[in-house]
Amino acid sequence: MFKNLKHEILETNTGWLVVATMFAISIGGLVEISPLFFIKDTLEDVPGVRPYTPLESRGRDIYLREGCYTCHSQMVRPFRDEQLRYGHYSLAAESKYDHPFQWGSKRTGPDLARVGGKYSNEWHVQHLLRPKSVVPESVMPNYPWLLTTPLDVSDVGARMRALRTTGVPYSANQEEYRRNVEKFGEQVARTLHIPDAQKNLVAQAQDGNYDGDRSSVSEMDALVAYLQVLGTMVDFSKIKPEDLVKYR
Amino acid sequence: MAENTPNQASAGAQTTGHVWDGDLQEYNNPLPMWWIWGLYVTIAFALIYWVIYPSWPIGKGFLPGLNTLTYTNSEGQEETWHWNTRAKLMREMQDSLAAQKPYYDKLMAMPYAAIVKDPELSSFVISAGKTAFADNCAACHQSGGGGKLGFFPNLTDDDWLYGGTFDKIHETISRGRHGYMPPFAEALSAEQIDALAHYVLSLSGFNMDAAKAAKGNALFHSHTAACFYCHGDDARGRQDIGSANLADKVWLWADVPGAGDDAGRLAAVRQVIRGGLNRGVMPAWEGRLKPEQIKLLTIYVHELGGGR
Repeated sequence: MFKNLKHEILETNTGWLVVATMFAISIGGLVEISPLFFIKDTLEDVPGVRPYTPLESRGRDIYLREGCYTCHSQMVRPFRDEQLRYGHYSLAAESKYDHPFQWGSKRTGPDLARVGGKYSNEWHVQHLLRPKSVVPESVMPNYPWLLTTPLDVSDVGARMRALRTTGVPYSANQEEYRRNVEKFGEQVARTLHIPDAQKNLVAQAQDGNYDGDRSSVSEMDALVAYLQVLGTMVDFSKIKPEDLVKYR
Repeated sequence: MAENTPNQASAGAQTTGHVWDGDLQEYNNPLPMWWIWGLYVTIAFALIYWVIYPSWPIGKGFLPGLNTLTYTNSEGQEETWHWNTRAKLMREMQDSLAAQKPYYDKLMAMPYAAIVKDPELSSFVISAGKTAFADNCAACHQSGGGGKLGFFPNLTDDDWLYGGTFDKIHETISRGRHGYMPPFAEALSAEQIDALAHYVLSLSGFNMDAAKAAKGNALFHSHTAACFYCHGDDARGRQDIGSANLADKVWLWADVPGAGDDAGRLAAVRQVIRGGLNRGVMPAWEGRLKPEQIKLLTIYVHELGGGR
């Protein structure tokens, strides 16, 4: 059947040339990526990983909007130096609700996969306003508008619904809510309920007081809430290290 | 035009036989032999690699490869698994720990006072502590431990909010701290707050208006402002609750050293009294750091200059 397929066809038809080129260069990716969808050990079975709360999720949106990922990775690789500096290596399971994941490959700044809980909220606020004021050698730009810009909370439910279509278990009805209670416990399940998204978002910002001002919800509140949860969901003291070895 | 005539020198060269626009031909020059052999070698390398390391996916698993690694599991038993980066890391961490183990064993077994007198162990603490401090503490307390006025306490002086003994420093690192002072903007009048600021600055040796300072003194020890509840009768603070010593010249929250004159100093102190403080949060490091790292940092911080 290939007898009549001559290379002149590709060399004289740019349309076919584009299609054939795309096919050829996709092979490498397909061979490397697609088996991971079938290998049963790709995702580690570890407790604690949950979808982001509405506030954390909006903080993640701001993280993306400001392009934090262009300088910060979120992937502690299984190397000794990284483990000593950043903490336990990242698990695939820890980004299973990230769409898209923020692993990244460029580290102008440090890795942020385990930054949650490492610094106080106050440090994050001061650092985001003017990084050089706390880290004199930093080359990170200032983000002063985060503190003065109120967080747009109107579409948080719609954003969660969009994530739900990609497989993140936010609940849109009572049946899904019940399943989340079984899976994550009632406290977490409540924060994943889309109809209560705005209410939950404001409550978490008030309670956490991330930006030091309870009177309003700023973009700073959301971003700091997001940073403070990074890498904190899995309790590694409850997991045997050799069990994680066997997933690879 | 020279461009339009066929290249005479290469007229006899091999071509692919493709001709475009009547005379545009494609030469078929064979690849150099070193390149061809390079290709064969990389193919052979790939075959060997597939056999040794985890490679081809098969159904729900993959070929694990022949190479293995042995490490100690959490029950203390030797365990062998096919080569992978996680097993390799586990092995490397255990090997490097084995090199440092004599030091860490001694560190954990000996009391603080003996460690700082042991020259070998204290040089280990200084070198290992420096890295741990840079990775975990320097973002707030700065690389030399000097802190940041208005935000993070100086660890190199002998003024301690929660105590500068080994045990207190250990407690601070392990469990974290949360400084709090209520705001007085609504409870006190502007005049009262001003009097208190005069009194507090007079305690630090500044020559303030004596009448106002005296009024502030009375207020400080009254149940209206009740400053003495937390800062103590002598205004020297209470380390059990982390209230600041107001009678020395060390400042953390109010930018008194940065103010050029009395007006600036008063404004800085008034601001703290008015707004209170709900910052001064130090994260808890228990869980994030290992017990031996916390002990290491305790000694390192103690030895920065101000330990008691």
